[in-house]
Amino acid sequence: MADVALRPNRAAAQTARKRSSLHNALRRKSTVAFLMTLPLLLLIATLVIYPAFYALHLATLNKSMQRFVGLSNFEFLFRRETFWLVVKQSCIFAITAVVFKAVLGFIIAHFVHNIPAKGQRKWRGMLLVPWVIPPAMSTLAWLWLFDPSYSAFNYTLSFFGIGPIPWTGDAMWARFSVILVNIWVGAPFFMIMYLAALKSVPEQLYEAAAIDGANWWQRIWYVTLPMMRNIIAITTLFSLIVTFANFDIVRILTAGGPLDHTHIFATWAFRIGIEGSDIPLGASVSLFMVPILAIAAIFILRDINKRGNES
Amino acid sequence: MSRRKLSRRQFVAATALSSAALITAPYVRGAHAAGKLSIGFWDHWVPGANKASTDIVNAWAEKEKVEVQIDYIPSQGNKNLLTIAAEAQAKSGHDILAMPTWWPHAQAELLEPMNDVMEGLIKQNGEPNGTVKYLGQSKGKWLAVPASVGSQIKGPCSRIDLMKKHAGIDVQALYPAGQAPKAESWTLDAFLKAAEACQKGGVPFGIGLGETSDNVDTAGAIFQSFGAALVDEKGNLTVKTDAVRQALEFYKKLIAFLPPDAGAWDDSSNNKWLVSGRGALVMNPPSAWAVAKRDAPQVAEQCWTHGFPAGPKGRYAPYLSYFWGTWSFSKNKEAAKSVLRALSQPDAIEKMCVASGGYDLPCYEKLTTLKVWQEEAPPKGTLYHYPNPHNHQTLSIAAAPAPPKIAQQIYTQATLTKMCLRYHQGEAMEKVLAWAEGECEGFMRS
Repeated sequence: MADVALRPNRAAAQTARKRSSLHNALRRKSTVAFLMTLPLLLLIATLVIYPAFYALHLATLNKSMQRFVGLSNFEFLFRRETFWLVVKQSCIFAITAVVFKAVLGFIIAHFVHNIPAKGQRKWRGMLLVPWVIPPAMSTLAWLWLFDPSYSAFNYTLSFFGIGPIPWTGDAMWARFSVILVNIWVGAPFFMIMYLAALKSVPEQLYEAAAIDGANWWQRIWYVTLPMMRNIIAITTLFSLIVTFANFDIVRILTAGGPLDHTHIFATWAFRIGIEGSDIPLGASVSLFMVPILAIAAIFILRDINKRGNES
Repeated sequence: MSRRKLSRRQFVAATALSSAALITAPYVRGAHAAGKLSIGFWDHWVPGANKASTDIVNAWAEKEKVEVQIDYIPSQGNKNLLTIAAEAQAKSGHDILAMPTWWPHAQAELLEPMNDVMEGLIKQNGEPNGTVKYLGQSKGKWLAVPASVGSQIKGPCSRIDLMKKHAGIDVQALYPAGQAPKAESWTLDAFLKAAEACQKGGVPFGIGLGETSDNVDTAGAIFQSFGAALVDEKGNLTVKTDAVRQALEFYKKLIAFLPPDAGAWDDSSNNKWLVSGRGALVMNPPSAWAVAKRDAPQVAEQCWTHGFPAGPKGRYAPYLSYFWGTWSFSKNKEAAKSVLRALSQPDAIEKMCVASGGYDLPCYEKLTTLKVWQEEAPPKGTLYHYPNPHNHQTLSIAAAPAPPKIAQQIYTQATLTKMCLRYHQGEAMEKVLAWAEGECEGFMRS
């Protein structure tokens, strides 16, 4: 009887407790933050995580996509001469382009940093132009400059008795051309990141170095570079990922030719998967980027953690 | 406010009465009584050509009371191929979708058989050419309906004046307008001599060696003229044969007379070559001539489209066919078949061919002598031989007769032009053949 009499009170207390815990949860900043980021998380889950797992699933199917074949597609790729050519070219393309973008970005950032503040904004804006134009559009302009028969570069060079240079017709020149355009597009990104990093280096450090008698090179080596380390690492990793996965520049300039000598992962995956109607093999080619980039990411980011611990 | 309560008994009675009324009521045919149909047509690059197909479909829709939605999907950037792949993956999309060359076979498992449509059309329009049968049929099943829109022969388009001046060849005499060809002397040997003469005259033939369709098609036709195939119809490797060696030897000689940058050419390069007046011959449908008519009329006046040179094993010309396919998961298959019948009527085909300025080429034997090809000018009769009206050459596609799923890989990967380039660049013949054999083995995976 006592139990029966107590039950409604207990239930009411439980409901009140539930309400107050929900209220508390909603008042907690982390919950609000989670709820506010939920749409973005859902978007990422739909547009990134689902396609990624779907690509994994596709890579395990046979050509007609009716049978599970495990890792056979990768096994098949490893036996293809062209696949290893693509691996080699992707590495050459990404590493060369990222190194040159970083070096050029570093040099230009220094030049811009030394321009008086009044005119600096103008230069910053102009130097960012290659990066803000959609690459598909700017690469078309480069295509006309490199055109096999009507190249504007060759026309200009002919006045100096040079050429004609087979910009997209010879394997080495074609590689040079696609890397050059990638550097042109990507160097402003490095420039703006490095410029931001340079601006955050305290002036007192340079003054102290100058008092210690450090020359220009020593100031760069012992002050600027250590202070920029983290930003260099993150920028390099980000650019490496984007450059490895590049598609538009190669597709528009050479479409992978001549003789497959400019194909990189994305363009070859498209050739096989979409143009050749072998979607599982195309998915396998594009997935091969993941382990390479994962290894690069581990090396670059581990270094950042070390420095974080040291500090 | 008073609210009337509905009892359970009243609800059951009302439902029963409404159902009975709906079932027994006379069928009222509304504006879109036969449902909806979505069509993905290929976006024609001849300005205004899309209007002809829109008009035909709209007239059909009006008659059949079907609500139609048409999307014109361009092939630039392979948007049409991406659409095909996406719809096949999603198992959802257009009821009818235009598919180029190899795609009916590539999607064979997902396409609605069209035998019932094709039976009537063949009776009416005549037999389709062999290439269309090869690309559109599988195990006796028509995978899709051949489309006249976008279908083409990529034969030679020569400059009358330059061929006469430098090579001493009168292409109009070989292929007179309104008459059967007199082209026995138009062989690969004559072609090679003409290529040499024109190159020496500063107007080389504009034949590319890149990895895009135009380049591959020319190589395919020349290989077939030597009887050379990399894989036979049963799927056996036939790379290391004398015919393939002969074709490579021929190409090596030919490349010496082509523009030095031919290895980097894409599908627009030969068009530009002709329109700029820099070359005496290109291998193209009349699109290059049509651009010249607009941008360089003095060049267009000298253009003559004609047949391929004959090789030791025959005279072959590349025919690229478009198809209209219906997915097996389409929601309105009967309406789709009905509109495809309407689009394949002789008067509809003629209307579309006229709208494309003679570019489109139906595959049916009774429809290769339409007026449009006799009348197009300048010069008058320039397109007379374009549709192969006298069956003077065998229409084919590069990599045939290999089973289409293997042939698609040979075609897409441009194995033929790569072989020619490798051999031209000094790689030993046997090494080139071994490389090609390895590639073809890879293409056979299922």
